[in-house]
Amino acid sequence: MQRFSFLQLLRQSFRNHEGWEPQWRAASPKAAYDVVIVGGGGHGLATAYYLASEHGLRNIAVVEKGWIGGGNTGRNTTIVRSNYLFEESEALFEHSMKLWEGLSQALNYNVMYSPRGVLVLAHNTTDAQVIRRHVHANRLAGIDNEWMTPEQAKDFCPILDISRNVRYPIVGASLQRRGGTARHDAVAWGYARAASALGVDIIENCEVTAIRRDAGGGVQGLETTRGEIATRKIGLVTAGHTSVVAAMAGLRLPMESYPLQALVSEPVKPVMPCVVMSNSIHAYMSQSDKGELVIGAGTDAYTSYSQRGALHVAQHTLDALCELFPIVRRLRMLRSWGGIVDVTPDRSPIIGKSPVEGLFLNCGWGTGGFKATPGSGHLFAHTLAKNEAHPIVAPFGLDRFRTGALVDESTAAAVAH
Amino acid sequence: MLLIRCPYCETERPELEFRYGGEALLERPKDPALVSDDAWTAYLWTCKNPKGPHAERWRHVHGCGRFFNAARNTVSDLIVSTWRVDDSPPANFDGGGA
Ligand SMILES: Cc1cc2nc3c(=O)[nH]c(=O)nc-3n(C[C@H](O)[C@H](O)[C@H](O)COP(=O)(O)OP(=O)(O)OC[C@H]3O[C@@H](n4cnc5c(N)ncnc54)[C@H](O)[C@@H]3O)c2cc1C
Ligand SMILES: [Zn+2]
Repeated sequence: MQRFSFLQLLRQSFRNHEGWEPQWRAASPKAAYDVVIVGGGGHGLATAYYLASEHGLRNIAVVEKGWIGGGNTGRNTTIVRSNYLFEESEALFEHSMKLWEGLSQALNYNVMYSPRGVLVLAHNTTDAQVIRRHVHANRLAGIDNEWMTPEQAKDFCPILDISRNVRYPIVGASLQRRGGTARHDAVAWGYARAASALGVDIIENCEVTAIRRDAGGGVQGLETTRGEIATRKIGLVTAGHTSVVAAMAGLRLPMESYPLQALVSEPVKPVMPCVVMSNSIHAYMSQSDKGELVIGAGTDAYTSYSQRGALHVAQHTLDALCELFPIVRRLRMLRSWGGIVDVTPDRSPIIGKSPVEGLFLNCGWGTGGFKATPGSGHLFAHTLAKNEAHPIVAPFGLDRFRTGALVDESTAAAVAH
Repeated sequence: MLLIRCPYCETERPELEFRYGGEALLERPKDPALVSDDAWTAYLWTCKNPKGPHAERWRHVHGCGRFFNAARNTVSDLIVSTWRVDDSPPANFDGGGA
């Protein structure tokens, strides 16, 4: 692997940048692997990387039906934070946050993790109570989060309208300073590059069409559009399509797929120093390094695989943003797109074994899994390698729907991303 | 935005008048205390979530207020038919995928 460094950059500059090599090998499927990861999004690629780097496995493939990072990884609004309410979620997302902090160095690839701060707005007394509760819970868990008055929030993000006579007045906010954004594509590419260098086969344009099982029901292999692959261990990391692939092994999951959409505006000069989210009006916004305002809207009302959101859903978000940030009223939107998110009843992910021997699940990240990419890969790799859930992900097993031990972030937060 | 035909009002109305009600044709176990945990879990939580034809419930909240069933393709979002809860699904409908 060609390492990135200042010297390397200098050397390539003198050669008109013609000496750069492809960042990962374009592999073709071999007949058999020890582990096959289905789904080449950030979570799948991170899993493969940690399997190779921390657990010494080498005979690993990641099979992706399209191009890597072309699913929700490449479609999300890249908000990174760990200010969840329950201890189980705090441990999971904070584990990931710690990995973000050193990820560019670990991968020798700039993932542009930018801890610019995530401001969560309260518009009424209930919001304020819920958000303060999060602040207290986070501080008890050693996670940074602080409460701010409207004036302090405006100091931090000057384009906020904090006047009282607006539709969504701001009565306070929480700020997680270590929260922020990262570059979505770079996360997929960085993990792919590092995994490939350790021998992982990254196989694009390879859709899994069937899961083969032996007489005992255990996993035996996969059928794909690029031929059959034998394996005894499959990590299913296919986000919005998990129900579809799990059905190939006769498995039904507590999960529904919804379109979730995002938009970007035309690029403008820097106006937003942080991420601002409002859960009660379901709008959030940040500014990319290119200058576009990156805006996330809500999910559609009904399940769908159509990969585009309804216009009235985006409209609702834009209406709200024009209230919160009067300065954006005349901006034009450049693009909008949708992804299919895998939503569980308690809005927490499902990580661990499935009832099918050899089939492991890492899904249900729904509207908010980008922030968890490094941690999810790290802990899922452990789970796959040791055949046993890592303690941090143990509460997120599929079995919680039978025992009733849900991690109910849906009612705790009523938040999306 | 979808246009949905309410089988009670017998008119096509915009989606905003309706509330989505999830997977249809589910039967609640008659006596929950008697079914196994697995069967109850399956009833309570698991979904078909198919990519393709889907039988689902909608409620005409800003209209007649009634629940009804619809067959929609979850790839194209095309609603093939809607029917009253006490009617049977259309004959050629496969009931919502695997
Ligand atoms: C509009 C939008 C905004 C979001 N904003 C945020 C945010 O701000 N912060 C945040 O934390 N999260 C956010 N999310 C959620 C986040 O994007 C996801 O939770 C996360 O990226 C999931 O990563 P993944 O690797 O599991 O899935 P994906 O990146 O979707 O990867 C799954 C891959 O599986 C592949 N696949 C599917 N079926 C098959 C098959 N049969 N064979 C082979 N491959 C297959 C797909 O092609 C896909 O590439 C957002 C999502 C969307 C859609
Ligand atoms: Zn009606």
